Amino acid sequence: MSVDKATVAKIASLARIQMDDDALERMVPELNNILGWVEQLGEVDCTGVEPMTAVIPNTLRLRDDVVNADPKTGGDRRDDILANAPAAEHGFFGVPKVIE
Amino acid sequence: MSNYRIHGATGEWEVVIGLEVHAQVTSKSKLFSGADTTFGAEPNTQVSLIDAAMPGMLPVPNAECIRQAVRTGMAIEAQINKYSRFDRKNYFYADLPQGYQISQLYHPIVGEGQLLIEKDEKAGIPEDKIIGIERIHVEQDAGKLMHDQHPTMSYVDLNRCGVALMEIVSKPDMTSPAEAGAYVRKLRSILRYVGSCDGNMEQGSMRADVNVSVRKVGDTELGTRTETKNVNSVRFVMAVIESEVRRQVDLIEDGGEVVQETRLYDPDKNETRSMRSKEDAHDYRYFPDPDLLPLNLEDDFLEECRASLPELPDAKRLRYINELGLSEYNAHVLTAEVETFARFETLLAITAEHLGKPESDTATTVANWSMSTAPGVVKSLGDEANLEYATAEAQAAILKMQDTGKISGGQAKEIYEIVLKTGRSPDEIADTEGLKQVSDTGAIEEAIDAIIAANGDKVEQYKGGKDKLFGFFVGQTMKAMQGKANPAVVNQLLKDKLG
Amino acid sequence: MTNLTELGVAAIRDGVAKGDFTAREVAEAFNANVAAAQDALNAFIVTTPDAALAAADAVDADRAAGKELGRMAGVPIGMKDLFATKGVQTTAASHILEGFTPQYESTVSSNLWAAGAGMLGKLNLDQFAMGSSNETSYFGNVVSPWRRSGGSNTQMSPGGSSGGSSTCVSARLAPAATGTDTGGSIRQPAAFAGITGVKPTYGRCSRWGVVAFASSLDQAGPMAHDVRDCAIMLGAMAGFDPKDSTSLDMPVPDWEAALNSDMKGKKVGIPKEYRMEGTDPEILKSWDDGIAWLKDAGAEIVDISLPHTKYALPAYYIIAPAEASSNLARYDGVRYGLRDLPEGAGLQDMYAATRAAGFGDEVKRRVLIGTYVLSAGFYDAYYNQAQKVRALVAQDFEKAWEHCDVILAPTTPTASFGLGEKSDDPLAMYLNDVFAVPASLAGLPAMSVPCGVNSEGLPLGLQIVGKAFDEQGVLNAGLAIEERAGFTAKPEKWW
Ligand SMILES: [Mg+2]
Ligand SMILES: [Zn+2]
Repeated sequence: MSVDKATVAKIASLARIQMDDDALERMVPELNNILGWVEQLGEVDCTGVEPMTAVIPNTLRLRDDVVNADPKTGGDRRDDILANAPAAEHGFFGVPKVIE
Repeated sequence: MSNYRIHGATGEWEVVIGLEVHAQVTSKSKLFSGADTTFGAEPNTQVSLIDAAMPGMLPVPNAECIRQAVRTGMAIEAQINKYSRFDRKNYFYADLPQGYQISQLYHPIVGEGQLLIEKDEKAGIPEDKIIGIERIHVEQDAGKLMHDQHPTMSYVDLNRCGVALMEIVSKPDMTSPAEAGAYVRKLRSILRYVGSCDGNMEQGSMRADVNVSVRKVGDTELGTRTETKNVNSVRFVMAVIESEVRRQVDLIEDGGEVVQETRLYDPDKNETRSMRSKEDAHDYRYFPDPDLLPLNLEDDFLEECRASLPELPDAKRLRYINELGLSEYNAHVLTAEVETFARFETLLAITAEHLGKPESDTATTVANWSMSTAPGVVKSLGDEANLEYATAEAQAAILKMQDTGKISGGQAKEIYEIVLKTGRSPDEIADTEGLKQVSDTGAIEEAIDAIIAANGDKVEQYKGGKDKLFGFFVGQTMKAMQGKANPAVVNQLLKDKLG
Repeated sequence: MTNLTELGVAAIRDGVAKGDFTAREVAEAFNANVAAAQDALNAFIVTTPDAALAAADAVDADRAAGKELGRMAGVPIGMKDLFATKGVQTTAASHILEGFTPQYESTVSSNLWAAGAGMLGKLNLDQFAMGSSNETSYFGNVVSPWRRSGGSNTQMSPGGSSGGSSTCVSARLAPAATGTDTGGSIRQPAAFAGITGVKPTYGRCSRWGVVAFASSLDQAGPMAHDVRDCAIMLGAMAGFDPKDSTSLDMPVPDWEAALNSDMKGKKVGIPKEYRMEGTDPEILKSWDDGIAWLKDAGAEIVDISLPHTKYALPAYYIIAPAEASSNLARYDGVRYGLRDLPEGAGLQDMYAATRAAGFGDEVKRRVLIGTYVLSAGFYDAYYNQAQKVRALVAQDFEKAWEHCDVILAPTTPTASFGLGEKSDDPLAMYLNDVFAVPASLAGLPAMSVPCGVNSEGLPLGLQIVGKAFDEQGVLNAGLAIEERAGFTAKPEKWW
C-alpha cells in the first residue's frame, strides 16, 4: 500500500501536525519508502500466532485504593502541576476558547 | 413489545434505543493515580503528575476499581472475563492531557449480561422485560473545560481527569422512552445496591449516551442512529429520545436522511443539536496500552467479589412478596432505593423483635407505615418536623403500641407528630397526653349500656335484621369514649350485648 | 598524581572510599573536562557542575562522619536528557520541551543519587531518542571524540540515541552515563564509541520519569568504560518500582560480586542469520575474534538459528512508531513546553502549530508512520501483524535457549560514520540497529563490549544477548571478551 498526498494530509491532521504543501510533498516519498519496506512483514506466515502482549511473562499488578500515599503519584500539588504551564490562570490551564 | 408509536405523515414509526451509561466507580483514589476523587474540590488540586500527563508518567491500576467493576458485572449476571486488557483511545482535546483515554475496547473486563425492567402499565410497559447488556468496561474520565470565565480562553480543570468510570453498554433493546427511563433507574438502583457507584446524577456520577434510531413499524433493518452525549438525568434521557424521535421522523418524512453523528442535549430548549467540536469523523487508533500488562483475575479474587455482593433488587423484591407477604406494589416501591429498603428492614426487624412475632406477621403493617403513614406525617409537618427524631426505635415503639391496641391508628399519627417535633418518647407521650385507647371493658360497657338504653328503637331494628345499624352503635360508643376506645374491644362488646 | 578523569566507576568509588582522593576532587576534574569539551563535542544540553559538587561534598561529609557509602559514592555521571530531573531542564532534545523543568525526579536517577552518584549535566541525544547518529537533536549534533585515523577531521557520529552518553564517557567527560535503549540506543552508541553498555531485561529499570519513546521496548541501562563499571551502575539503577506496572518485582542480584569470566560449561550460540549480506568484513572478523575468545574462556560454541531475524527490524519500525505516536500526543502546548498559538487559532490549530514547530523531522516522520499503521483499516495489516512477528522473534530466542546460554553477535553492521553521511536516508539509518533490535523486541538483556578498532581506527563492538533476567550471564561473557580483547584504544584529544 502506498500513500498519496491527501492521505498524508489526513494522517498529519489526525496526528495534529500542521504541514504545508511543500512539507506534504516531501513526506509522501519518505513515508512510502518506509511503508514499502515494512510491508515485507506480509511475507511472514502468522497463522495461529497471537500478537505479543507482554514482552516478559508478567501480569498486571494492582495498587491499593489509597489517596496521596506517595507525592509522586498523588494529588494535592497544584503549583507543581501548573509550574510549567504556558498559560495558567486562577489555578486553571488556559487554552484558546473552545466552542462545543 | 412496547406499544410506543410515532404517528408520522407517512405512517407509524417505532424507535430503537441503546444506552451507554458512564458510571463513576466508587473509589477513594483515581483509576491510575493516587489523587483524590472527592467531588467539588478547588480546580486542579486533585491532580497527580500522572493525571496531568507529565513526561515519563505511568499508570498503575487501582484494585478497588477493578473489584467494583467485577462486582457490578456479577450483579447483572454478566460474564466476567478473567483476561482483559486496557487499550488506548487516541484523540486530542484539552480535557484529555495524555492525548489518549485509557479504556477497554478489544478485551473488556465484563461481557454480556442483562437487566430486568418491571412492568409498569401506567408508563406503557405492559410486562416485565429483559434488557441485554453488551459489556462493561473500565476507563478514565476526562477533565473539565469552562468556557465562560474569560473572553478569549477556556479554562481547564483536571480534577476529574483519570477518575474511574464503568461504561455500561446496553443492547439496542429498548423501544420507548419509558423503557429507557426504567432501564436507567434500575441500573442506578443496582449500582447503588452493589455500592460500585453512588448514582448521583447531578454531580455527574452517572451520565448516559443515548443512541436513537427510528424505523417504520414492521421494518427489521435498523435505521441510522444518532448518539446524544452526557445526558445526566432520567427525565432528560426520556426527553432526548422524544425529541430525537420527532426530529428523525420529520427529517425522513421530509425526504432527508439521518446522519450518524454525535449530538448534544439542550435542556432549556428541550432539543438536541449536532456537536460541532466532535464533528470530524474520529479515527481513535485503539491499541493495547503498552504501559499496562494484561489483567488476569484470580479465582480467589472472583470468589471474594461474589461473596461480597448484597441481596440485589430483584431477589429482594421477590422475597418481600413471597416471604413477607407484601403486595407487588409495596415490594416494588420499597426495594427501588437503597435508603428505602434499608429504613424498612431496620424498622421491620426492631418492630418484629419488640412484638416477639415473625417479620412476616408485621411486614405489611410496617410497610404501610413506612410508605404512607410516616411520610404523610412528615409531609404535613413540613419544616416543623425534625427528622433526627425519626428513629427506628421511636417508630417501632409506636407500631408496637398500635399492634397491642394501646393506641389507635389516629393516635399513632398524633404521637408521631409530637415525636417529630420534640423528640419525646412515644410511650411517655401516650401516657401523658392521654393518647391511649381505653381497652378497659368496664368503662366501655358502661358507655354501651347507656347507648342501648337511649336507643331502644334502633336496637329493635338491628335485632330485626338491619345489620347496617352496627356501625351506628360503634360510632356512638366511640363518640362517648371521645375516640379513645379500642375499636376491637368495642366491636366485641357490642356484638355480645346486641346478641 | 593520578589523572582522575581516566578512572572508571569502580576505581573512583574505591579511591574515594579509601581516601586516595576526595569526591570533590573527582567532581572538579570532570566538571573541568565537561566545560572544556562542550563547544566541540556538544555532549550536554545543560551542565550542572554545582550539582556534581554538592553530591560530592555530601559523600565526602558522609565518609568523614564514618557513614556507610553507597555503591556509586563519589562517582559523577552524565544523565541522558530523557530522565526527568527535578529542578533541571529536561527536554528529550526536543524544542517542544525546551524550558521544561520537572517538579519530580525519575526513579532511575533517584536511585543513582541515593547510591552516591552526582550529576554533571543532562546529556544530548537524538530527539525523543529517535535516531542512531545523534543528528536529530534540536540542540545540535553530538560529535564523537573519535576520528578516522590518518589525520581526518571528519566529524564522526557518536551513535544514537544515547550519543551524548557515549561521547561523554569515551571523551572522559564522565566515568559513566545513563543511556536508554529502545531498539539499540545503548548498544549501538557504545559500539561506536569504544565503551561498554548494557540494556537489561525489560522491566529491570523503572521507566517512571523517563520520557517515553516506545513503552514496550524502552529500557534504561548503564554506559561506562568496562564490564565491572556497568555491573556496578546497573545495580544502582535497577530495582522494583511500584509506580511502573511493567517493573519486575524481583530482587536485584549483586552483579558486580558475581562477575566471573570463566565460561566453562557455558554454551555460546552463534546465530547464522546475523551473517547478513553486505556486512562489513571487518565486523565479521571481529565476530570471529569474539568466538575465539569465548572458546578460549572455556565456552562451547554452538550454531543456532533465529529464523525471523530479518523481520525484526521492520516489525520494530511499526511497533515503535505506533507507540511513539500515542506517547507523544501529550506534547500539545497545554500544560508544559512549547506553545505556538497563531493569531486567531483555535485549540486544534494550536495543537497542530505547536507540534509542527516543536517536533523535528525524524520525530514527525515516526509519528506519522505510527499514526498511519494504527489508523482505521490498517491496524491488522500493520500493527497486529508486527506484534505477531514480534512474538515469533521472541519464540526464536526461546528455542535458541534450548541450545545455548548466551548469544554472541556483532553489535552493529558498521563502525561509526561521518555526521551527515547517512542523514538523508532514513532507511539506511534504521539499518544501524539491525543486530540490536531483535533482543529489544524480545525484552532480553544484551550488551555491547568493545573488541577492537577497524582499519580506520574506529572502535567496534560485540553484542551478547542473554536469557530474560540473566544479566549475570551476559556480563560474565562480556567480561571474558573484555579480558581477551585488550581494548585500550581511546580517542586522541583534539577538542
Ligand atoms: Mg460512548
Ligand atoms: Zn466511555
